[in-house]
Amino acid sequence: MSDIVEKTLTALPGLFLQNQSASGPAAAKASFSSRLGGLVRGITALTSKHEEEKLIQQELSNLKATVSAPTTTLKMMKECMVRLIYCEMLGYDASFGYIHAIKLAQQGNLLEKRVGYLAVSLFLHESHELLLLLVNTVVKDLQSTNLVEVCMALTIVSQIFPREMIPAVLPLIEDKLQHSKEIIRRKAVLALYKFYLIAPNQVQHIHIKFRKALCDRDVGVMAASLHIYLRMIKENSSAYKDLTGSFVTILKQVVGGKLPIDFNYHSVPAPWLQIQLLRILGLLGKDDQRTSELMYDVLDESLRRAELNHNVTYAILFECVHTVYSIYPKSELLEKAAKCIGKFVLSPKINLKYLGLKALTYVIQQDPTLALQHQMTIIECLDHPDPIIKRETLELLYRITNAQNITVIVQKMLEYLHQSKEEYIIVNLVGKIAELAEKYAPDNAWFVQTMNAVFSVGGDVMHPDIPNNFLRVLAEGFDDETENQQLRLYAVQSYFTLLDVENVFYPQRFLQVMSWVDASLSFLDGFVAEELSQGAAPYKPHHQRQEEKLSQEKVLSFEPYGLSFSSSGFSGRQSPAGISLGSDISGNSTETGLKETNSLKLEGIKKLWGKEGYLPKKESKTGDETEALPVPQENIIMENVDQIITKNDQSQALTQSKEEKEKQLLASSLFVGLGSESTINLLGKADTLSHKFRRKSKVKETKSGQTTTAQNMTCSSFSSSSNVTYEEDYYLDHLQDRGDKEVKKFSLNSELLDSESLTELPLVEKISNCRLSTPSLFADNNMEVFHPPQSTAASVANEISLAASLLEETTEHMHSDLMEVCNNETISVSSYKIWKDECLLMVWSVFNKSASELKSANLEIAPAENFKITEQPGCCLPVIEAESTKNFQYSVQMEKPFTEGNLSGFINYQVMDTHSVQLEFSVNLSLLDFIRPLKISTEDFGKLWLSFANDVKQNVKMSESQAALPSTLKALQQELRLHVVDIIGNEGLLACQLLPSIPCLLHFRVHGDMLALWFRSSCSTLPDYLLYQCQKVRAWIDPQVPVPIPCFHPGLTRAFKAECFVSVFLSSRCKKHGKSGGDLVSKDSESPGHLCIVYPETQS
Amino acid sequence: IRFILIQNRAGKTRLAKWYMQFDDDEKQKLIEEVHAVVTVRDAKHTNFVEFRNFKIIYRRYAGLYFCICVDVNDNNLAYLEAIHNFVEVLNEYFHNVCELDLVFNFYKVYTVVDEMFLAGEIRETSQTKVLKQLLMLQSLEPGVHPSSPVPQLPRRKTPSRVWAIREGAAPHGLWAPAVGGGHFACTE
Repeated sequence: MSDIVEKTLTALPGLFLQNQSASGPAAAKASFSSRLGGLVRGITALTSKHEEEKLIQQELSNLKATVSAPTTTLKMMKECMVRLIYCEMLGYDASFGYIHAIKLAQQGNLLEKRVGYLAVSLFLHESHELLLLLVNTVVKDLQSTNLVEVCMALTIVSQIFPREMIPAVLPLIEDKLQHSKEIIRRKAVLALYKFYLIAPNQVQHIHIKFRKALCDRDVGVMAASLHIYLRMIKENSSAYKDLTGSFVTILKQVVGGKLPIDFNYHSVPAPWLQIQLLRILGLLGKDDQRTSELMYDVLDESLRRAELNHNVTYAILFECVHTVYSIYPKSELLEKAAKCIGKFVLSPKINLKYLGLKALTYVIQQDPTLALQHQMTIIECLDHPDPIIKRETLELLYRITNAQNITVIVQKMLEYLHQSKEEYIIVNLVGKIAELAEKYAPDNAWFVQTMNAVFSVGGDVMHPDIPNNFLRVLAEGFDDETENQQLRLYAVQSYFTLLDVENVFYPQRFLQVMSWVDASLSFLDGFVAEELSQGAAPYKPHHQRQEEKLSQEKVLSFEPYGLSFSSSGFSGRQSPAGISLGSDISGNSTETGLKETNSLKLEGIKKLWGKEGYLPKKESKTGDETEALPVPQENIIMENVDQIITKNDQSQALTQSKEEKEKQLLASSLFVGLGSESTINLLGKADTLSHKFRRKSKVKETKSGQTTTAQNMTCSSFSSSSNVTYEEDYYLDHLQDRGDKEVKKFSLNSELLDSESLTELPLVEKISNCRLSTPSLFADNNMEVFHPPQSTAASVANEISLAASLLEETTEHMHSDLMEVCNNETISVSSYKIWKDECLLMVWSVFNKSASELKSANLEIAPAENFKITEQPGCCLPVIEAESTKNFQYSVQMEKPFTEGNLSGFINYQVMDTHSVQLEFSVNLSLLDFIRPLKISTEDFGKLWLSFANDVKQNVKMSESQAALPSTLKALQQELRLHVVDIIGNEGLLACQLLPSIPCLLHFRVHGDMLALWFRSSCSTLPDYLLYQCQKVRAWIDPQVPVPIPCFHPGLTRAFKAECFVSVFLSSRCKKHGKSGGDLVSKDSESPGHLCIVYPETQS
Repeated sequence: IRFILIQNRAGKTRLAKWYMQFDDDEKQKLIEEVHAVVTVRDAKHTNFVEFRNFKIIYRRYAGLYFCICVDVNDNNLAYLEAIHNFVEVLNEYFHNVCELDLVFNFYKVYTVVDEMFLAGEIRETSQTKVLKQLLMLQSLEPGVHPSSPVPQLPRRKTPSRVWAIREGAAPHGLWAPAVGGGHFACTE
């Protein structure tokens, strides 16, 4: 500090001395010249604004007297000017001195002239009338032989010059372009640039000279000419395409370090020049592939070279990224640029982060996935303390607004709007909100409420288009007249409510809107009159609103969780069963202060009703029933085994703070629908795919499925292995394993889930199939022991062989087992499902048991509500010969998602020309029959995920032993036929599609003992149904839902153990489905957790 | 560039250069607004702030705010560095510049501005060239006093000197008088 004081002290007298010496020996002049120092010191010594004002006014009156005194020399005038400038800078009026400044510039010597010009440039503005008096001086100085004078003249011309006087100096300045001194050339170019800015027409004829300047041997002149080119190219890029090569060459030289070292700034070669060139290239290459191709190399090099960790390199990088995204795209460069943006966004430096956001905003429409990658950062920035970052984030969100995320985004914008006081920001935001609201408003109420907020905040400053447009919407409305009525009604009602509130002032414009709405909408007059006639004008609407609210609440009460995707975030509620269930349509977020409309709510309710009113009941029911079966306590031992894994998971779960979750939820609601274009593409592809298959299907039928598509590759390869012996072997092997290693803690569940080898999958698949489509259980070979065949033994044998033959044909596809749906003494009808890629193929085999042939056999399937059933050709012979089988095939498509459906039909036939017999049957179809794995990449998953509005979440509590990710994953993969897209840490991504092509995505995360399932789909109901299926599967995932576990006597044989196991397993499942078979199992009430099996044939 | 402002923390203007036409009243209003907008900002915030239809790129050196108002589409960092470049030139020209230098030689600062920025654009970025030109102009001044800014041939700066100018530094040697010096007590 001391040396600074010293410096200050020594500097001060020096300054005065300097002034003194400059102004000569006269004492009067000396005192005069020290005035600046005195003034400065005097002002800084003051303590109040008032004193300062007094001092300066006094100073100004002194100056006024001095400058107008005829005795004042130019030297004195110069000092006066300096002080005048100072006063003017502090905000005091010094206009009396303007004319003297011009005089000084005109008459003074070099030094005085300089001060005169400086004063003029600071005092006057372009259209100041006094400026005309300067023109002659400028012309004279431009012709001067003194370089300094010419420089000064050029400088003042580049700053302020009357437009109408340009012709007077233009030729002189043009001449200067050829001046030998580069500083003159440089300033001349900038003077022309200034002329171009204020009067582009006047410099049109010298464009050729600009080109010369561009090619000037001096870098400074060239750089100066770039200012002009940037402007000109901005206005009309096509005229300058031929210069692209030159700009590229220049940039190459700059980047390559060919410039004099003088131009280096922190060892970066001419950064500002680079930026200027990059901007020009960006403009030139826009939508022009050929021009863009010229610059790919140099852009690549720029990106590569800018590696120094310095602000100025980041400035270049930013410009580079901007250019890369402006020009005709090249994937390689885009990739690098995207990486750069990532660097910016993730930078701890706040400036860089801000620029990263800016870059994202710029590229978001081209490349929405990039924003998705950084969505968490964006969410963080939304609550950043720096308002400019918040603003930029909102700008970013504004660009990605769609019908699905509008409510969330507009809410964020309104929040910001209420905080900001800056008029320009308010005008800007209000315009954006109004625009978005008009474009994407989800419903009338929301629209009116949002516009009310817009009017009440921005009413005084907003662009008049906003109220005009709003009133037009009200007046003209949409196509639907009732909708319009509702909108108007709602608007008026909301105004009543607003006006009811006392002591609140609304902007004039808002009141105008209100009165306009009331006055001119004649259909409302009746309504208003009615209110008035009842003498309770303010009360009635309020009452009505109350009623409305009540009805809303009533409706809402069906809905247990609230549509709570608002800013508060989503929080799952724990049900007693340890299941938290939540669901949302993210478009549905409840705005604070905004009310739901009926239509929206109904939508939500329908959905939730399906889930809440129906699902949990089912859930608890299954729970109860299975709970009735004793569970071995050994499960707990299992937990130890997996403890290490789960601990790990738990610690991960802990770090996942609640806040973060909220942010993630916010992110998901904000980025919904982003990348919709890509989704459309993807869906489009899926569509064409399915079309292709549909067209092909006839051919396919005859060949019986030779095509394997990507989607069922896994399945199809599995299904070939489905034969009985193998199955038995499988059980035996595994049972022995269990017997050896962990008989007591054996759980089929975990075993199945943990099974790693691929070859085991089909079997698991098969078992689950059996289980899920209940009737098929009874056709399963394994079941026959327990399930007395309804038909004769021979027919069973036949069936089996038949099934085998059919299965051979359809090995390419997944299929269920043959199961008998009905029979009588003559025929037996069995059916099985073939899960083809594009549809469910139902095959009914009619087996003629009798010795005579059946005539006019006809099988018909009753049309079902949710299905589209198409008979497959090729089986229409109406005669079934004796002891032969005839197949009827129907392809079934699901038209509306549902959980379980029934397909019924009948078969009629005639035996030996006698009477006609009709036999009815029905088959259960599950949603899972129509679910196919959707093989997509992680990237596509991300895109799709964000494009889906409908999501359902559920947290499932699991015992620790089961909480491992792989096992859960496997279960989901097998049970729900989900395709495992990716596994990232403790999260899994799965995808499936509901035929024909409704994709559904599942994101799940295992943390601790919770399994968070999150479904999303383009279809509003599908996630619910899938969740339901998941809950059914949950018995397999969650050991707390008891699964019967056999306990074997050590003396039993292996084969017997196997049989027992299967029987227990199957019978319990059957019982769950209400079928008998439980006779085989008796529960030992004495020792719960142990299951004694009574095997009827051996009686042991 | 729409305008360049140098203010101290109390809002005293140290330099105001306009590249756009404003009335005097308007200018004063702008100065006050810029001061209000910039001084409230935290050191952890960005160096950018939205201002009407423009944006302000500012940088704080001890008690002084260097603000450049530019169009919203302009490259923020480029101007941020332009400010630093300008300050480095000032530092070189005044030899360890401090607020006092700018106050007493404000008209010289204007000259520096005019050499580096012209017609609302960054005109010259080469420090060597700017200093050479300034030196040439300086030589016109009669009776150069030893303690007044002494024009010297520009040297390549040693890094330590350049980095002596630190953005936003708390009472740092260079700019300390502006913060705690007795001369400027009223400004605080």
